[in-house]
Amino acid sequence: MNTNIILAGVGGQGILTIAAVIDLAALNQGLYIKQAEVHGMSQRGGEVQSHLRISSEVIHSDLIPLGAADLIIALEPLEALRYVPFLKSDAMIITATEAFVNISNYPAIDEVLNSLRTFNSKLIAAAEIAKELGNAKAYNLVLLGAAAPYIGIETAVVESAIRTLFAAKGEEIVNSNLAAFRKGRGII
Amino acid sequence: MKENLLLGAEAIALAAIDAGISGVYAYPGTPSTEITEFIQKSNIARQRKIHSTWATNEKTAYEAALGMSFAGKRSIVCMKHVGLNVAADPFMSSSLTGVRGGLLLVVADDPSMHSSQNEQDSRALAKFAMLPLIEPSTQQEAYNAVHYAFAMSEELALPVVIRISTRISHSRAAIVPQALRAENALSPDTDTGKWILMPAYARRHYAHLLALQPELVKRSETSPFLAEHKTTSKQGVIAFGLAYNYVMEVLRAHKLNVSVLKISQYPLPETQVQEFCNAHEHIIVAEEGYPVYEELLRGFFNNPKIHGRLDGTLPRTGELNPDIIAQALGIPAAQTLAVPSLVVGRPPELCKGCGHRDVFEALNAVMQNYENKQVFSDIGCYSLGALPPFNAINTCVDMGAGVTMAKGAADAGMFPAVGIVGDSTFTHSGITALLDAVNDNSPVTIIISDNSTTAMTGGQDSAGTGKLEQICIGLGVAPEHIRTIIPLKPNLEKNITILKEEIEYQGVSVVIAQRECVQVAMRKRKK
Repeated sequence: MNTNIILAGVGGQGILTIAAVIDLAALNQGLYIKQAEVHGMSQRGGEVQSHLRISSEVIHSDLIPLGAADLIIALEPLEALRYVPFLKSDAMIITATEAFVNISNYPAIDEVLNSLRTFNSKLIAAAEIAKELGNAKAYNLVLLGAAAPYIGIETAVVESAIRTLFAAKGEEIVNSNLAAFRKGRGII
Repeated sequence: MKENLLLGAEAIALAAIDAGISGVYAYPGTPSTEITEFIQKSNIARQRKIHSTWATNEKTAYEAALGMSFAGKRSIVCMKHVGLNVAADPFMSSSLTGVRGGLLLVVADDPSMHSSQNEQDSRALAKFAMLPLIEPSTQQEAYNAVHYAFAMSEELALPVVIRISTRISHSRAAIVPQALRAENALSPDTDTGKWILMPAYARRHYAHLLALQPELVKRSETSPFLAEHKTTSKQGVIAFGLAYNYVMEVLRAHKLNVSVLKISQYPLPETQVQEFCNAHEHIIVAEEGYPVYEELLRGFFNNPKIHGRLDGTLPRTGELNPDIIAQALGIPAAQTLAVPSLVVGRPPELCKGCGHRDVFEALNAVMQNYENKQVFSDIGCYSLGALPPFNAINTCVDMGAGVTMAKGAADAGMFPAVGIVGDSTFTHSGITALLDAVNDNSPVTIIISDNSTTAMTGGQDSAGTGKLEQICIGLGVAPEHIRTIIPLKPNLEKNITILKEEIEYQGVSVVIAQRECVQVAMRKRKK
């Protein structure tokens, strides 16, 4: 088993929560993990990405080579497009549709979404769905749910990682995050 | 032992705790900050009362670590690459004094300058100091290297350097830890000459350092981090530190038959390098950073076997990655999907509601009335004032230079001479700069944009919080020319007036713009 994932978003959006869930699930499966993050200046509202690699074999490089990623999970649609050179030809993009506009030259959102549709992609209104579920913060879990079939780890294992990760915050938070994850999972 | 999923920086921190340190000394700097933060949050460290508060700068950090070593205990001192320039004085001297308790310098380089003003390679400084350096390839090696380096530091009575870089420091992997070791007992050094670097002693210590060099080479030759993959191929790669990962990635992905010599400890393991170079005709030297060892191996007479950053086989600048290594090994570039043309860059920006924004707005309003609109600035979040929409600053050079360069420009006759510096940068290296200005009564206005934290690196404690006015008074700035403003929208007109008054004053004035970092304030509210 061998999955290379690019997580993309804008500094402060919380791509690392998604990474933490997948990391823990992979660790519980006895898989090898490498997950490169961006810290420092870019975190101030700039473009951020994380290279997440999980494998049943030893992983050498912390960075994913170009054309070798199986999946992009993006919390922001423009950010999803930024990393397409990393994708394998048959790879999948799972992205939130809601734009994070903090630059004056942000392109028209329809053009961004149409461009995404030219790739193998699933567009998820993650923020809207999370809001409907009554937990606006859980949009990243909605997205993770939508991405779950492409990660290469059984859904039950991912769910158990969510339980562990949010356990300290209480049963209510665990359940609402699980609900967000399942909602996302159900869309696909 | 249970596996932990840790950043490389955190693996080093955990190893340092497990190896029985009594103190970590550091000033925050990407990509080194998380080492100290991990120790600050560790329960074991708290129980053991391991020192972990932030130092004012890298020089004070290094010297304090040296003092702990003098007292017989183990210490670790952490900084980013450019921080070692600040600590270079004690660092160089410590190679002559040596140590008593084990002392590790962990220095985190930032090739490609993700969050730095240059991409200098700390291996060159370890070579300059003639100290051993370990450059782990993986997070587990980083963990193991700390234990190994502490043992070596105490056996040889020398500081040992561990060099990491962005991609190992900020990447997570599973770590298997070792057993927790007891701290060293307090046992101050009683040697009467070891720590005195007066010429007669220093000459003796220097001779000792030189005499140790063959032993350091021998240790590199038997290093647990040395590995060789022999093949029948005449092509080989000497892969240093992190570069080894990329080389192995490419060899496996493309099933290449190429020999690899993995080196993670310096000085060079001479025997293995010699044998490898004799056995191969075409050798790529892969280094994450400067071509420090490629230059050495190539030599003045340009050894034709050696290839790397200096002959264009690898790019001269920036960090390596698997794609660059693949190309160097003759693999054609992968056919990849193109980024759609509508994608635009998203540079970092000051946070919404950040006090620096209000400072720049007021400052721009004042400066537009002068012919010389240039403003000196410094390293921190407020460096982003160089970008639109503010375009408010004209320099960002090194810690403290925002103050001293304004002073020098004032000496040259430039008016106004305005410097803007953050609170943490001011205490790091701006205090002595301001004293120079006071002693010359230079007509400068220094704005300390005080958000009471070290914000750019994630909100660490700032050494001058609550003390800035007293510091400026103590340096001799006239109290009536130390003005405090609150950078908020409703105060804009008032703040413009105060800035104007102080800029017009023909002596040293300081304007402290005081408002807490919005990120820190938000985190406090959540707690």
